[in-house]
Amino acid sequence: MAILEVEHLHKAFGGVVANADVSLQVPEGKIVGLIGPNGSGKTTLFNSIVGQHPIDSGSVRFQGREISRLRVPAIARLGMLRTFQQTRIYGGMNCLENMEISTPRARPSLHSLFGRVPAAITEKAEGLLQFVGLYAKRRLLAGDLSFGQQKLLEFAMALMSEPKLLLLDEPTAGINPTLIKGLVDRLRRANEEMGISLLVIEHNMNVIMNLAEHMYCLAHGQLLAEGTPEAIRDNPLVIDAYLGAH
Amino acid sequence: MNPRLRLLFYLALLAVALAAPYIVPAIRTQMSFLWVMIVFALTWDVLGGQMGYNSFGNVLFFGVGMYTCVMIQQHAGLPYFPGLFIGMAAGGAMAMAFAAALGWGILGLRGHYFAIGTLGLGIAAAEFAGGWDYIGAGSGLVTPLYPGAVGGRETFFYYVAFAVAVVTFFTLRRIYAGRFRLAINAIRDDEDKAEAMGLHTTLYKTVAWMIAALFLGLIGPVAGNIIGFIDPRDVAFATSSYGVWMLLMAILGGKGTLWGPVIGAVIFHITQELFWTYLLGWQRVALGLLIVLIVVFFPMGIMGWVRERWPERFGQRVDEGAGGAG
Repeated sequence: MAILEVEHLHKAFGGVVANADVSLQVPEGKIVGLIGPNGSGKTTLFNSIVGQHPIDSGSVRFQGREISRLRVPAIARLGMLRTFQQTRIYGGMNCLENMEISTPRARPSLHSLFGRVPAAITEKAEGLLQFVGLYAKRRLLAGDLSFGQQKLLEFAMALMSEPKLLLLDEPTAGINPTLIKGLVDRLRRANEEMGISLLVIEHNMNVIMNLAEHMYCLAHGQLLAEGTPEAIRDNPLVIDAYLGAH
Repeated sequence: MNPRLRLLFYLALLAVALAAPYIVPAIRTQMSFLWVMIVFALTWDVLGGQMGYNSFGNVLFFGVGMYTCVMIQQHAGLPYFPGLFIGMAAGGAMAMAFAAALGWGILGLRGHYFAIGTLGLGIAAAEFAGGWDYIGAGSGLVTPLYPGAVGGRETFFYYVAFAVAVVTFFTLRRIYAGRFRLAINAIRDDEDKAEAMGLHTTLYKTVAWMIAALFLGLIGPVAGNIIGFIDPRDVAFATSSYGVWMLLMAILGGKGTLWGPVIGAVIFHITQELFWTYLLGWQRVALGLLIVLIVVFFPMGIMGWVRERWPERFGQRVDEGAGGAG
């Protein structure tokens, strides 16, 4: 069963058509890649899916439920989270606090509003910081971390809130090669061990070819091709629009 | 600071505060206003410092609490003290209700737009109160006569103001120790991210404003009864004095810290009183200069500067023994 189903999604900004008749699916528990040239509408598609802006037509279903009319916080609480291309963390708080406030959101009670952070949450936060290699820096302000470390922190925050589906917008952009290997490893482990489905926008072909089981390629707001990584790599349309001749 | 030292520090402060009206009875009223100023700065900082929403309209809650209480004191037919305390409670509740109602509308505004949106609140309330005959219109209200001995009034209200300030401080201290501070700090640092993580941002913002309003609604009646006369423009909804001082004191002491607003309020209030005493005629000019100096030289405030200087003292350090690279 598909955890995310996008059908005939259409989104235009004035006369600029950012997404035209886009359909894609993320099967439960799988990793799906999304590639395409700059400006092809990948991030707009993410924004449409997570409720950042209203879509013009089409449908977005999450676990079989229509969500195209819901707004960002409501969709996040259902268990679909996104990370940002320009990494976003809470810069004035330390790493541990960033994690502690990223728990899954139930309806808030008086206790959850004013209570202290439960020990179990702190423990889990520390465990996940260990997982991404930031445990030693847990008391540093997140704003003082390097860009790559902030990306890892943002990823850890996403894991902290136990999403069912995670939309990652260029998770390896601006990260050094050694760290990329570690990050890819952690993405795969999050998928396998925590059962989180992933939809990943990525420009690094090595990374996405390795990671994804199924891929989509966008160009000029339209779906150009889909298939296995190998099929995408050898597709003449994709080579022409995006990859270029080797 | 270790717990025993901290307890000692609090006890010493308590002793000084309790003894003060007997040590220097001549300045009881000025000292009462010190507690009022501390409540101003602390409550302003809930939104302005911890949540990143700079409000110019918080004085509204101060005035609403003041009017509510004095109306009850005058019209409910209760003896003096029950009337005062029930009035204070009603003032706090009314201020919270105002914050809840306004919050749904105005807290949707971000950044500068919120600041500008709130700027009109106090001014509009002053115009409104100044035109409403039932609450005295432009000639304001006079508080009931204190029934005790002559001179007892100043001491009594000193302790009431002190009690409200202490309750405000420790309530905020408790709230800041928990998840609530993390949530409003997250809103301050990146509200879009907080929404994307599913945080109930509207709820947190409204509740934060209601907390600030509650304590302003409690201290308003105290200030009104100390002054004895409620003028809609110069006392209750004094946007250009109290309304602006609130944020100046919090900024001077250090936004987003617990002690910053307290320190800022103490320094600001003492400086201001000295200006009134020694620079009479020029006090407004001196105060204006002080404000400029605060904004230029202490944009992060005293506590903010200290934290920048010694971050390890505030727990910001790498855990050497823990290993693990990033």
